[in-house]
Amino acid sequence: MAAHAAAGHTHAPPQGFLWKYIFSKDHKVIGIQYYLLAVVAVFTGMALSVLMRIHLVWPMLKMPIFGEMTPEQYLALMTMHGTIMVFMVLTTAPQSGFGNYFLPIQIGAADMAFPTLNMMSFWTTFISFCCLIAAFFVVGGAPISGWTAYSPLSTLGSIAGPGEGLGQTMWVISIAFFCAASLMGAINFITTVIDLRAPGLSMMRLPLTVWAWFITAILSLLAFGVLLAAGILMLLDRTAGTSFFIPGGLVVSGIVEKQHSGGSPLLWQHLFWFFGHPEVYIAIVPGMGVASHTLSLFARKPVFGYRAMVYALSAIGVLGFMVWGHHMFVSGMSPYTAFAFSLMTMAIGVPSAIKTFNWLGTLWGGQIRFTSAMLYAIGFVTLFVSGGLSGLFLAQPSVDLYLHNTYFVPAHFHLVMGVAAIFGMFAATYLWFPKVTGRMLNETLGKLHFWFTLPGTYLIFMPMHFLGLAGAPRRYADATAVQFLPPLQPIQHFITIAAFVTIAAQLLFLVNLVWSLKFGEVAETNPWGATTLEWTIPSPPPFDNFGGHEPAVHRGPYEYGVPGYKDDYLPQNIEPGRLVTEAGD
Amino acid sequence: MAERSGQRGSAAVAAALAIFLVLFVGVTLYIFVMKIWWYPPAINDFGREIDAQFARTFVITGISFIGAQLGLAWVVWRYRANGGRAKYVEGNNTLEAVWTTATVVLFVGLGIMGRTAWAQLHFESAPPSAMVIEVTGKQFNWIFRYPGKDGVFGRTEAKYVDETNPVGIDPKDPAGQDDVVTLTLGVPVGREIKLLEKSQDVTHGFFVRELRLKQDALPGMIIPVHFHVDPGKEGDYEIACTQLCGSGHQRMRATLKVMTEPDFEKWLANEKAD
Repeated sequence: MAAHAAAGHTHAPPQGFLWKYIFSKDHKVIGIQYYLLAVVAVFTGMALSVLMRIHLVWPMLKMPIFGEMTPEQYLALMTMHGTIMVFMVLTTAPQSGFGNYFLPIQIGAADMAFPTLNMMSFWTTFISFCCLIAAFFVVGGAPISGWTAYSPLSTLGSIAGPGEGLGQTMWVISIAFFCAASLMGAINFITTVIDLRAPGLSMMRLPLTVWAWFITAILSLLAFGVLLAAGILMLLDRTAGTSFFIPGGLVVSGIVEKQHSGGSPLLWQHLFWFFGHPEVYIAIVPGMGVASHTLSLFARKPVFGYRAMVYALSAIGVLGFMVWGHHMFVSGMSPYTAFAFSLMTMAIGVPSAIKTFNWLGTLWGGQIRFTSAMLYAIGFVTLFVSGGLSGLFLAQPSVDLYLHNTYFVPAHFHLVMGVAAIFGMFAATYLWFPKVTGRMLNETLGKLHFWFTLPGTYLIFMPMHFLGLAGAPRRYADATAVQFLPPLQPIQHFITIAAFVTIAAQLLFLVNLVWSLKFGEVAETNPWGATTLEWTIPSPPPFDNFGGHEPAVHRGPYEYGVPGYKDDYLPQNIEPGRLVTEAGD
Repeated sequence: MAERSGQRGSAAVAAALAIFLVLFVGVTLYIFVMKIWWYPPAINDFGREIDAQFARTFVITGISFIGAQLGLAWVVWRYRANGGRAKYVEGNNTLEAVWTTATVVLFVGLGIMGRTAWAQLHFESAPPSAMVIEVTGKQFNWIFRYPGKDGVFGRTEAKYVDETNPVGIDPKDPAGQDDVVTLTLGVPVGREIKLLEKSQDVTHGFFVRELRLKQDALPGMIIPVHFHVDPGKEGDYEIACTQLCGSGHQRMRATLKVMTEPDFEKWLANEKAD
């Protein structure tokens, strides 16, 4: 890292609106661009889920644009909701959004290692997003094969049904662009953490946020490469007549399918889930970093078991690549491998449990300040526990035989990798908004937002477990299609109402963002009394972050409440001799 | 500053959060323990074995759930800011070792205990005396085929598929002459059934709640599963499709008809005559 003592920007401050705000190479602008993309995407995704919830309980209702919704329209909403949320929200905001903005600052660097690559990464993601949204408007409509796009439904083309024509092709092109963008980002993040740390900032002095982004980048590098390859093979199957994922001898819609033979639908599932399982960690790990960071800051205590946290993150990273088969217990793969995948999956519960214990340990004995950021970090912990534990059911092939593809599964993953990750992002927003904009978010609105969102989340997703227990299959456009389903309709109604209220409450968050940007209380450099490097530079930070200097780091990231000192926090960059002790010297 | 840093009013927020978590745990447990919404009774020992494993998992996750959520509620209430200074604790290696070991034993042990049911279904093959039935998924139907008296299925090929020959039996193959093709899965009670799952087009999922059995049918593969239904459990059970197979996915269903042996023979003869 000493080789980078010249911490000045490798590029001059840009001039003009276009280069400053659109094609910017500044990691901070790119971080904000990713964040705004995610905000647009998350509200789009929520709007789709509102339409789905309406259709499930009032299927006859005539809606604007849709009229009376057809099953393929419902399945298209479901597919697009999943794809938008997983890729455009849960992969962009936590990693590329906050990571881009704060990783370089937290390690004392002026920018990412490769600023141009960084810009390309964002704009490639943007193309991917446009391509995905465009799938709504093409002939045949948006794809209906779910975000997992199982072959051969996704590969046979329009003979397999509505949405399987151009819409599905747009989908896979969008995914390929997204993979390319994520690979660019991953290389950038990894290089930056390894090469650009400030003097004195050893790996074991990194904030846990940086550790989380680093591990996530490694996961992205290994996972998105595989999905990119799989996506290209799928595109070839769809457009060039290859048969990677399509077996021979099919009769589709009464037509004997003669163009394909010899492919394997299971191969797509393996490749997809080899990406797909690490992907859930890509979504949640940055949230874990933010939660640890925020809990320590507002409990005014060091993170309990810092090293254990780092090892647990690393263990999740390694084990995350050995468990993909637990998505495939009913797929027809070898039942012997299923058992191995199951044990690895039970094992990955261990580092998750370690993290939970350490979060509780961090709060234990603290002086907890209930800021909005802290409420969301605590909310993250409760959601992670609730959603994580239901994973122990699905991790066992025997129990999964019943619960697989029932509502139990969306209940589980929405809590643990959907909303928990979003709670991490809410915590990050309330925590870092003052640094990014120079103004505080409104705490009253923030708390109100929290008190709608946490109970609302539980009211939406806990009842889904009961639907799953009763055997209700997911991805049904008609919630009463099977005879045992109509008695469960009251639960569906309850969920729909809870979703309306919770989603409406998200407008509080939007209002807060916009209002505070203009009228929020002006934020000083370090409004929370925090220790890490981002709180040592002005709010908002100047173009080159540290004004051409490279900060020196003298201690670990979470020195809160150290006995013998006047302040209850010791910033990482203050030399030991300049700290004020309790004696006052 | 006091309000922003969350020092003011912390007792009220702490109390609200703690009470919310306690209520949440209480209501969740109540609904689970009272079994207000639950799976239907199993109709064989395999299903009951899965239920037993479900119960074991429920106990372990339930205890973890209560411990973690109430622990969170307690620390949130107990350690709310009061103007003092936090305890300076960086960690505790003994505790880390204890909870790591405990969770390894608990979680992996639970996984190993769940082996029995899975092994019954997949490691042990069906006895040779089992009745073999073929099930084919297609958009959006289940089609069942019985091999007839000769006990051998006729050869099938895609080019023979049409409305009167939905699985495409080769008309020239003598083994296929007595095959019986039905839209209902009729089985005799008590008898071991070996199901050969196939698909004609896309991936489908065969699911019967009461059997606790779910298995995808993939094109290009023949996937065997086996089951039986306990005597006394005669009746109709619903078969649903549980793998997204297109716009008609939700209407792809059929009936599992469990009958006494004589009733079954009568039913099969009837189906053959149709």
